[in-house]
Amino acid sequence: MSTFERGPDLPPPVTQVGVIGWLRRNLFSSWLYSFLTLLALYLVWIVVPPVINWALLDASWSGTAREDCTSDGACWVFVSVRFNQFMYGFYPEAQQWRVNIIYGTLFLLMTPLFLKAFPWKTALGGFIIFVYPFIAYGLLDGAWFGLEVVETTRWGGLSLTLILAGVGCVAALPLGIILALGRRATDMPAAKSLCVIFIEFWRGVPLITVLFMSSVMLPLFLPEGVQFDKLMRALIGITLFQSAYMAEVIRGGLQAIPKGQYEAADALGLGYWKKTGLIVLPQAMKIVIPGIVNTFIALIKDTTLVLIIGLFELLGMIQNALNDPNWLGYATEGYAFTALTFWIICFSLSRYSMRIERKLHTGH
Amino acid sequence: MSDQAQSHHDAVDDVMIELRGMHKWYDKFHVLKDIDLVVHKGERIVVCGPSGSGKSTMIRCINRLEEHQRGQIFVDGVELTGDLKHVEQIRKEVGMVFQHFNLFPHLTVLDNLTLAPIWVRKLPRKEAEAAAMALLEKVKIPEQAKKYPGQLSGGQQQRVAIARSLCMNPKIMLFDEPTSALDPEMIKEVLDTMVELAETGMTMICVTHEMGFAKTVANRVIFMDEGEIIEENEPHEFFNNPKQDRTKLFLSQILGH
Repeated sequence: MSTFERGPDLPPPVTQVGVIGWLRRNLFSSWLYSFLTLLALYLVWIVVPPVINWALLDASWSGTAREDCTSDGACWVFVSVRFNQFMYGFYPEAQQWRVNIIYGTLFLLMTPLFLKAFPWKTALGGFIIFVYPFIAYGLLDGAWFGLEVVETTRWGGLSLTLILAGVGCVAALPLGIILALGRRATDMPAAKSLCVIFIEFWRGVPLITVLFMSSVMLPLFLPEGVQFDKLMRALIGITLFQSAYMAEVIRGGLQAIPKGQYEAADALGLGYWKKTGLIVLPQAMKIVIPGIVNTFIALIKDTTLVLIIGLFELLGMIQNALNDPNWLGYATEGYAFTALTFWIICFSLSRYSMRIERKLHTGH
Repeated sequence: MSDQAQSHHDAVDDVMIELRGMHKWYDKFHVLKDIDLVVHKGERIVVCGPSGSGKSTMIRCINRLEEHQRGQIFVDGVELTGDLKHVEQIRKEVGMVFQHFNLFPHLTVLDNLTLAPIWVRKLPRKEAEAAAMALLEKVKIPEQAKKYPGQLSGGQQQRVAIARSLCMNPKIMLFDEPTSALDPEMIKEVLDTMVELAETGMTMICVTHEMGFAKTVANRVIFMDEGEIIEENEPHEFFNNPKQDRTKLFLSQILGH
């Protein structure tokens, strides 16, 4: 009997490893790619240095009026002078501590959710989602706590953007889940049709239309004397609109769950809600995290549309500042600042979602 | 009659499953035709037949993963109807093992086992986990408890699936081609687990092509073709002296290769 001799493991060829190997494979693998690489380098060289010069090296950073912007570069003085308004809108300066407390507390409350060992995550999460918004509203508005009343029309800036986006996301998710489940409930035709009609209606209408209707048309149908807060109307409109998108994203995840998972849950005697809550949704939601985050990011940017119904979130405040005769001509700085702020928020969300995806990955 | 006499009586001829004149259609396709079957407590039945013969569909009717349209099904004295209470009651008592394991990939092995005892049987978590670990010992993979199903081999996954069903303390176990999706090297470990289970006196119905298993473990072998039970006999007679031509042909194909 003979024994099979195993061959030794050989190192890969030099051209395949290290910096040179990487460059050859990725940038200079053929004449065409070499040409494109050089072209791209050239484009970077003609675009990037001027942008850096304008935004950083030649920019004016400190001062209080446009006369302080003497250089050729960006005039960030415009942003720093108006910064308070960009953050708080027309919220009275003396009362802005209330906004700070709301966001500071929210931040503190959310920190334990990111700690692995924290045992009461569900309770705390429930508190943040179901109770905290009312406390926040009470404090921002002031009436419930006997503070000076600040009507929602005076809320604004980035703090309003975050309210619109946060409430929209948090409220649209559960609604979307219910709509998605309803749309798949083949044994309940009435509920199913309702969900289909709801989803298709809200998906078929532009958000601008929804906002216009909520602000202009809805009051016409309300009885005389009934006041319904404009911000609240916008929030409801945004939530219903988003929930339709969310429902379709989640339905995609539900469809990806193999039939065998349902059967195994059935065979173990789990009823519909336990099967859905313990087996189907945890898997489906994990699959659609990229889709959900995509919808969230789209929503965050869509909040800028409330400008047209007279709510001044971040972009609205910038527009407002640009109309100031003292600061005419600094639109580029204003928009660059808005873009950067939105980008930071959306990019952080995107990175965070990738972290969750990795954490939940059990497929192997 | 005293309790003891009652239980003795039960052990002798307690009917666990009874199908009476059961029919099933998929739209217009008649999948199961007039099935009559009685399974007693502790009996081990092997169902075989060519693919598409309706054998999987038949056992899937027993825990109502499929609905039958005519005839009656009784499981442990309860009739299977559209009544959800009956269905849930029966599913608690009937364990099922699938061809593709159908473990829950987002849960660890231990959580796969304890899920139903905790949520359906309402057992305290500690008790459920102790029972689950004992079963994992029995199927010889206690060291995998904290892993996810995706990290296990096919044979290990199927043993976890068997343990998961047993966690509910079922009176009946249904096996739907449990070894068909496995690599040849892993079939034996799963069959060994099933043989051990049979030795505990569990009532079992196995749809399988493992004729060795049928010969050693089954009390009765049932041969199905085109939605009908063609032949039914104890294993020795079934393999050595089949009555029907269709059975002979099937056996020659399956044993001849």
